[in-house]
Amino acid sequence: MANTNSKPAKSATDPREVGRRDFIVVATYAMGAVGAAAVVWPLIDQMNPAADTLALASTEVDVSKIAEGQAITVTWRGKPVFIRHRTADEITRANAIDSSELRDPQEDEARVQKPELLVLVGVCTHLGCVPLGQKTGEVKGEYDGWFCPCHGSHYDTSGRIRKGPAPTNLEVPPYTFLSDAVIRIG
Amino acid sequence: MSAEKFSNPVVRWIDHRLPVFSMLDHEKYDYPVPKNLNYFWNFGVLAGLALVIMIVTGIVLAMNYTAHVDHAFSSVERIMRDVNHGWLIRYIHMNAASFFFIVVYIHIFRGLYYGSYKAPRELLWMLGVVIFLLMMATAFMGYVLPWGQMSFWGATVITNLFSAIPLVGESIVTFLWGGFSVDNPTLNRFFSLHYLMPFVIAGVVVLHIVALHRFGSNNPIGIDAKGPQDTISFHPYYTIKDMVGIAMFLLLLAVAVFFFPNAMGHPDNYIPANPMQTPAHIVPEWYFLPFYAILRAVPDKLGGVLLMFAAIFVLFILPWLDRSPVRSARFRPVFRIFFWLLFIDCIALGYLGGKPAEGVYVVLSRIATVWYFLHFLLILPLLSVFETTRPLPKSISEPVLATAKGVA
Ligand code: HEM
Ligand code: FES
Repeated sequence: MANTNSKPAKSATDPREVGRRDFIVVATYAMGAVGAAAVVWPLIDQMNPAADTLALASTEVDVSKIAEGQAITVTWRGKPVFIRHRTADEITRANAIDSSELRDPQEDEARVQKPELLVLVGVCTHLGCVPLGQKTGEVKGEYDGWFCPCHGSHYDTSGRIRKGPAPTNLEVPPYTFLSDAVIRIG
Repeated sequence: MSAEKFSNPVVRWIDHRLPVFSMLDHEKYDYPVPKNLNYFWNFGVLAGLALVIMIVTGIVLAMNYTAHVDHAFSSVERIMRDVNHGWLIRYIHMNAASFFFIVVYIHIFRGLYYGSYKAPRELLWMLGVVIFLLMMATAFMGYVLPWGQMSFWGATVITNLFSAIPLVGESIVTFLWGGFSVDNPTLNRFFSLHYLMPFVIAGVVVLHIVALHRFGSNNPIGIDAKGPQDTISFHPYYTIKDMVGIAMFLLLLAVAVFFFPNAMGHPDNYIPANPMQTPAHIVPEWYFLPFYAILRAVPDKLGGVLLMFAAIFVLFILPWLDRSPVRSARFRPVFRIFFWLLFIDCIALGYLGGKPAEGVYVVLSRIATVWYFLHFLLILPLLSVFETTRPLPKSISEPVLATAKGVA
């Protein structure tokens, strides 16, 4: 092989030559970098949710006590969850619009298990405030659902974003009916 | 050799082995400073003083503070009521934070007016912007510590800014929180970082000073010192001038601490944090309001966040946006008008940031935001080309000597 080289082999001291020594240097740096990254990772990853935080229990709620037109707020994973017993009028209004025209298109049906019971994470999808509209007398916004006072997001009677800076609809948490009266969130 | 400068034998012994006294001496006497600096050149020293005050009061606050969601609010109330002089220490920490920002904002506008960001001081300027960013992060995390309503909801809204980042946004926010909402892990890490960051700032300040001493201070007429006739030594001339500024600063700080300690704060922060209820009208601390106004001016989440960060980023590239060879606004008649328009624009943004995001306020915020970016991205580059500047004096001494002759 050596005699196929047109030039004579360069001396090891030639700085331009990429020789075995350079390979060793680069390999050493690379190993050093991998080692440093391996040590730094635990220091960074400790900031992610700890095991006990992840293991937070689910929340069970008796929804039979909520009268039509009323709403309650419960806590799940440190966040408020809105549970609203909707009136017939609210349900009709939620279905009256063509959902494809919405910012975050979704049918009302896809957001409920029983049309009269709407369960939502009560956290504005803009920057995380709790929207108003749960208590009687609170502003409910232009679409009669919820209104976020922080930067003015309006949600409709299905919790879908209609106006304002929020990009998506209020989130529907995972929940199951344990019986007709009780749901478990989470 | 240098050790002979000192008459005290102990100082001489130490300096021979550890030349710290020579270094101080060098900065004090051998560092030439333009002789025409006005009082706006006090604000660097004042910012340094404010940082020292924050660190000293902060460390003693930390001796009495408990970083836990169940105890943080009451530990701060205990500082206010039971800890000896606790009310004084906390009020100094709170008000000095606001004064720190006032001083730094004046310091920044001084630089904008006199063109201090231009060659060869670009890195000096950029290090200053880094300090400004670190200060904002520190103050934001400090404000969370008392765990009042504004602490909690400010933390929620600001950390949620990162959720605007496509794809990884949600994971970043969970990472910042250490959970699924702002909670105890969040408070703990904010305390840890709030303690750390002022010392990081101190480190960057050292770099800022090293860069400053490379070419020395700019000055009100913005031309370089041509020789010894244009400069005087820092000590005693500017040390004494700085003392005047320091006295004024401390006087005003004392007035705030003793007579209006809560004027620059928000009453809602004396309500304990409630994760279930957002206050009707949340506002950040006053020094963030201009940026908050820009955030809310944009009807799109990601767009608002990007524009808010861009408002600071544009300061980094300012030395390359304003290419005019003349530094000081004194010789730039058109620039001077636009400087004051920008100043008014920033005040307007600050005012609008504190108003609810509805009706005419939104429209005005949008106009002010557009003007802010127009100033930096369009007007400054155009002025660099089209403005006719006034003739510069030949040296720093020339205008001084000319008026002296006129008087004589
Ligand atoms: C760049 C320097 C600093 C700034 C801008 C700053 C800013 C702030 C602010 C705005 C608050 C909230 C005050 C309130 O409303 O109660 C605060 C609280 C606090 N800071 Fe600092 N701080 C700085 C340095 C420090 C340092 C070095 C420490 C040392 C550990 C510290 C410890 C504390 C503690 C324990 C609190 C909670 C008690 C309280 O709220 O008064 N700070 N800080
Ligand atoms: S957090 Fe709800 S509109 Fe901004």
